[in-house]
Amino acid sequence: MMGLAVYWVIFGLMMIGLYITIVDGNLIKKVVGLTVFQVSVFMLYIAIANVEGASVPILVAGVDNYSNPLPHVLILTAIVVGIATVALALALIVRIRESFGTIEESELDLTTPDSQNDH
Amino acid sequence: MRFRDLVAVVMLAGLYSLIASGLFIVMDAADVAFTEAAVGAGVSTLLMLKTLTLTGRYKTPKTSRHIIAFVSVALTGGLLIYGTHDMAPFGSADAPSQNHVSRDYLENSISETGTPNVVTSILASYRGFDTLGELFVIFTAGIGVLVLFDGTGARSTLRPPLADHLVLRVVTRILIPLILLFALYVQFHGEYGPGGGFQAGVIFAAALILYSILFGAAAARRILSDDETRVLAAIGLLLFASVGVMTVLMGGAFLDYSVLTEDPVAGQLLGIILVELGVGITVASMIFRTFLEFEDRQCADEAQK
Amino acid sequence: MMTLIQQLIAPLMLIVGSFLCLTGAIGMLRFPDFFTRVHATSVTETLGAGLILFGLIFLSDGLVEVIKLALILLFLLITGPTAVHALAKAALAAGVVPDGETKKISSQTNGEPPLKR
Repeated sequence: MMGLAVYWVIFGLMMIGLYITIVDGNLIKKVVGLTVFQVSVFMLYIAIANVEGASVPILVAGVDNYSNPLPHVLILTAIVVGIATVALALALIVRIRESFGTIEESELDLTTPDSQNDH
Repeated sequence: MRFRDLVAVVMLAGLYSLIASGLFIVMDAADVAFTEAAVGAGVSTLLMLKTLTLTGRYKTPKTSRHIIAFVSVALTGGLLIYGTHDMAPFGSADAPSQNHVSRDYLENSISETGTPNVVTSILASYRGFDTLGELFVIFTAGIGVLVLFDGTGARSTLRPPLADHLVLRVVTRILIPLILLFALYVQFHGEYGPGGGFQAGVIFAAALILYSILFGAAAARRILSDDETRVLAAIGLLLFASVGVMTVLMGGAFLDYSVLTEDPVAGQLLGIILVELGVGITVASMIFRTFLEFEDRQCADEAQK
Repeated sequence: MMTLIQQLIAPLMLIVGSFLCLTGAIGMLRFPDFFTRVHATSVTETLGAGLILFGLIFLSDGLVEVIKLALILLFLLITGPTAVHALAKAALAAGVVPDGETKKISSQTNGEPPLKR
């Protein structure tokens, strides 16, 4: 039972991120929520890779118990892809702000771009 | 607790990433922790703060209840927890995920690729095709930012706000060469210790970003101009892909570096070094260029006011 | 001699360093205004982390480890105070007033931060 509690805590964190992403109307907070969700998924993968009493998967003489390196690789690349997509999302937010004058979802009126700021 | 100050929100998100990277160290993932600390807590926080200067720091307060959202999120969480009952407990060595290809990688990494850091050997060699795809995603996202921010073509001429900060200037002058040296160490020592192209690229970009924060975007562009970053980003990707084409031409499979030299292990090492170099070049130039684009936007924004 | 250092002084350094980190965290939460809070965190960064790293240097057995820890210590001592200095200077430039003054201003504006910069 205790062995699974680690995963449950991570799911809790994940759901906090998901809830922020759904509920909050501010686009930046949506991206932050997405980041929280993303980092929690990273934690889940690394937790799955962990082996009791093992060491970092860098081979040295005299150690033969290592954690699983495969999820580490998946997550390492996912982190850097994550920053690239976050940068793209932030660029979109900046453009939305320039065109519509707001980044609050409730105030966004997609039918009438604010022509003053549009260029 | 609802935060209206978005700077606090962004800083807390950065802290969350930093704590997560501490947890990654505890769970034996040195390479991942390294990347998360540099990317999640560093560059990502920086870009979000940069966005806040463009979109405004305070959000309009809104208190509404979202019962449907809460129920669906709780339901998703409940289902995920239900799903764990078939999983092996945390840390168990006989879980299915530990006992298939991973064991093979751990046993053969030295004899096949000569690389003690198994994370690097999987990243660059065993699953090199996967990494090539990831690099394409980064490249494409970077191009997306450039396209979105194109239009005015304005270059930032903002006087950096920290220009008169003597202490920071002196300390940064000492630190930047050391950061660049460390980036090179991480780049070329990635086969033997934690590190590799992704981390090195981010650290390299961090040094350039630090320089441009203190001395202005114009000064930073004198080091790496826009044309250069654009070409470099493509060259990194091209290097990676052309190593793959090279292996095909020399009679092997795509990204099977064993055929590159007479000795298969030396070939693997050569291939890994070249591929990691490509990754580092693309990541560094793309992150640096993205930061500069945000900087330009801020300049254009302030000129408009 | 070496065992005396390893068994007595190094743990003492670790304990004192951890204690200073704890006081820094408490100060961060409890101190009244921005500048005193920054002061509390800078104690954590310099003396707290410094003592812990010194203790670890005495406990480590390889030369490479000692050099790595010493380098970490050196960079902490360079970057930490610089960052705190920059923070304090930026706050001053943005109009944050030292001492109890911040509280007074923020109560006048209904909890709004005094300046939107």
